Amino acid sequence: MAREEAENGRDDMLIDGREPENQGNAVPDGFNANYLKLYYGKLFPHADIFKWMSYGNDGKHPACDKSYVGRREFSFTLNDEIYLRFQCFNSASELESSIKEKCPFKIDIGPVYSVEPSKRCAYAQSGDNVFIPVERELVFDIDITDYDDVRYCCSGADICLDCWPLMTVAIKVIDTALRDDFGFDHILWVYSGRRGVHCWVCDGKARRLTNEQRAAIADYFRVYKGNENSQKKVSLPGPALHPFLARSYTDVLRNFFEAKLLSSQNIFSTEERYEKILEMIPDESITSELRGKWQENRRISKDDINIVRWDQLKKILQSGRQKVQGLSRCVEEIVFSFTYPRLDMEVSKHMNHLLKAPFCVHPKTGRVCVPIDPDECDEFDPTTVPTLSQLLEELNRGGFKVDADNEWDRTSLGKSVTFFRSSFLQPLLKSCKEEIESSYNAKRQQSKNPLSWDGNGRSGVDFFILVHT
Amino acid sequence: MEVVRSQRISTPKNDVVSILPLYRSAPPLEVRLEDFELFAMDRLRVLKGISDGLSRGKKPEDMDKLVGDLWKANMRHTDATEVVNKDIISHFVLRLVYCRTEELRKWFLSMETALFRYRFRLENSESQRTIMAEYNLPYKAVPTAEIESVKDKLSQVARSINWTLHIADVIFYKVPFEEVPELVANRRVYIHKGLAYVAMNQVVSLIVTQFRSHLSKALVLTNRKWTSTIREQEKDRLAPVVEALCTSYLGPDYSQPNEFGEISLKDIDQVAKSSFPLCMRHLFDKVREDHHLKHGGRMQLGLFLKGIGLKLDDAMAFWKAEFSPKVSAERFDKEYAYSIRHNYGREGKRTDYTPYSCQKIISSTPGVGDHHGCPYRHFSAENLQAALGRMGVDSRAVEDVMDKVRNRHYQLACTLTFEAVHGSSCDAGINHPNQYFSDSQKILKSK
Repeated sequence: MAREEAENGRDDMLIDGREPENQGNAVPDGFNANYLKLYYGKLFPHADIFKWMSYGNDGKHPACDKSYVGRREFSFTLNDEIYLRFQCFNSASELESSIKEKCPFKIDIGPVYSVEPSKRCAYAQSGDNVFIPVERELVFDIDITDYDDVRYCCSGADICLDCWPLMTVAIKVIDTALRDDFGFDHILWVYSGRRGVHCWVCDGKARRLTNEQRAAIADYFRVYKGNENSQKKVSLPGPALHPFLARSYTDVLRNFFEAKLLSSQNIFSTEERYEKILEMIPDESITSELRGKWQENRRISKDDINIVRWDQLKKILQSGRQKVQGLSRCVEEIVFSFTYPRLDMEVSKHMNHLLKAPFCVHPKTGRVCVPIDPDECDEFDPTTVPTLSQLLEELNRGGFKVDADNEWDRTSLGKSVTFFRSSFLQPLLKSCKEEIESSYNAKRQQSKNPLSWDGNGRSGVDFFILVHT
Repeated sequence: MEVVRSQRISTPKNDVVSILPLYRSAPPLEVRLEDFELFAMDRLRVLKGISDGLSRGKKPEDMDKLVGDLWKANMRHTDATEVVNKDIISHFVLRLVYCRTEELRKWFLSMETALFRYRFRLENSESQRTIMAEYNLPYKAVPTAEIESVKDKLSQVARSINWTLHIADVIFYKVPFEEVPELVANRRVYIHKGLAYVAMNQVVSLIVTQFRSHLSKALVLTNRKWTSTIREQEKDRLAPVVEALCTSYLGPDYSQPNEFGEISLKDIDQVAKSSFPLCMRHLFDKVREDHHLKHGGRMQLGLFLKGIGLKLDDAMAFWKAEFSPKVSAERFDKEYAYSIRHNYGREGKRTDYTPYSCQKIISSTPGVGDHHGCPYRHFSAENLQAALGRMGVDSRAVEDVMDKVRNRHYQLACTLTFEAVHGSSCDAGINHPNQYFSDSQKILKSK
């Protein structure tokens, strides 16, 4: 189908000297097995994904663990009905041919297990867990539907350029903390294809975190504790904010709230909306004063009504007139409840959680899950992310080539793959190589000192002698 | 076997120096068979007391006192020199008792870790430093010059957790953040480039993590040894004692449907109104209202229903019918049926999941769009009062309940609700939603 259209398109181009619109090259919007087949055939970066998953173990160094990549679980969702878990691959070509053959609608990546997932049943024994996850990236999933109570422009699966910046803010806050506070370097942010972002932290230290440590990091990031049953969803007690929260506030959140969100979401513009804010202020005298001002609806100035009301609110709360304890942080609490990242805790806490692979195509939108550069995340526009049909159209324009490598380079996917390689994969692999080499050298040093065992010799199960009375 | 009175054996060199043993390895002490059992039971009372205290949401200061009292009350010995031995012996006996399943190990690990944590807090700082040294942690104190450079951040953290200390007076240790997960989770430390600045009085967290990880590994090894050699060797002597110790102290886990037979679909509305605790009633009402529940709610309610005797087929029909306005039958079969079957142990590794206890429910973290968790903890005062009103609790009782909630005694609040709704007292207190249900049914059936 595509081939014929390509040929027609080329003929038109020669005659007119310019690209025809919606003729011949045009690939109707959509998501289906045929499109996917072409996508996996020509565009999906199989080899890069495999190299990533190898974490340097596909090298020649004696310390390379040849079994490593084969112990990684992949799962394929076929045709939206069949779900294949525990897929594993020992070479890039195995991965590639399996994907091309099965054409999964979605590919998920799971943990690296102690043994190859395909052999898990052979190792199943009651009591002793021999088939367990041993490594897994630290991952985060941020979905804009979790912000539905504070975004008025869209709801559910929709996104627009007024609410998308909430995701940008989340990226900035979390990315900075991961690097500055936790010391992680190899971080990949990916557009989830529709309404959110995923984060993959790939440092060795991150991959070896236990569930408890992952939960601790997720809790460190957790501020919003609410649902419709609780009233105050953000509570920031104490005379000062933790440096992480303070930094997030001054560097990102406050400015975003005041300069962008107030107006784009019309946060104070109706009674229903400003009542929501007033609910967060536990001082009747203050709330009634503000309510009084706003109910009158007098426009004092030509400025945006949201900005005016926010200024009024801040003035009163920061005037030091507080009667009730716990008002000192009210302004921050309001800003946090609208803008601070809301993470899906369960995704991050468990090593065995499966997460969608980058460069998959989202079935409902047709958009590719492309990486996002955290340093340029303000410029990222989800509404212009390449779609499956668009990419196929671009391929068509270039004409059909047999066995060409790097076809993605001729399409809009090109810059994503290039970014993935240069900003993420290469530095990661370099560091993996160094890690493998240095731990090898360290082990060799240690084995030269046979007496340096850690002293936990006895297992603690030796038992005492019992005596009957 | 010779009859010998248990003698005080000199402590081997790798054993305790301080009063607080680390239980690194079982010392070759001799103990009489009756003491084997008695010591373990005394210690078990302490652990159970801690478990109760934690599920009632006691604050750390209250726990300090509770643990101190429990220890004094149960772990004394007429011979002062025997106190340490009783401590050590009872710990190792309970290891045998609680090593045998994942659930038992988890409970024992939590309680022993809590016990250790609170006992450590009660020690003076000299003793604490000694214990720290025994762990051989390679953490050095941060030099003053470096403290200067991060002084502002350290004060900020201190103020954020309501500490009134002078940073200059405190010794800080620099520790990889992985070693202090609790402090990180609660944002009680400043971290930079993966290293946490831990104050001397937070050091407890470090030690506790080490203690916990060591004990966790030891329990697995104990289980292996028990299963492979000890159980057989001791089947006429220790094994019966060990097995009795375990079952006599664990409450029922409601993994088997209750003795009142099964609940069928047609009864559900009726029993929901009369016998469901608030947490389950809320979930039940929500699923009826929204025709949907998120994962946490499906688990909590689904397992509860299993525990009250709802059979798998009825459960399937229930969820399918409830979800039908929003989810087609085909989509239901595709997306939800599997996990229901999973809960009943018919899929995957076929674990028969047990309904959640109050402790587990109270400590869960419902997020946006969630309705699980303990309403006494997670609802706002207004919403809670309204919900209690709908259950038929009169306003005076509601006041009493709210008072318990303000003091974070969530299970006591639920108990008072039970008593108000049923008009009779519940002396044992509510520990498990299924217990609430079966006690309720007992009362109703006797009328």
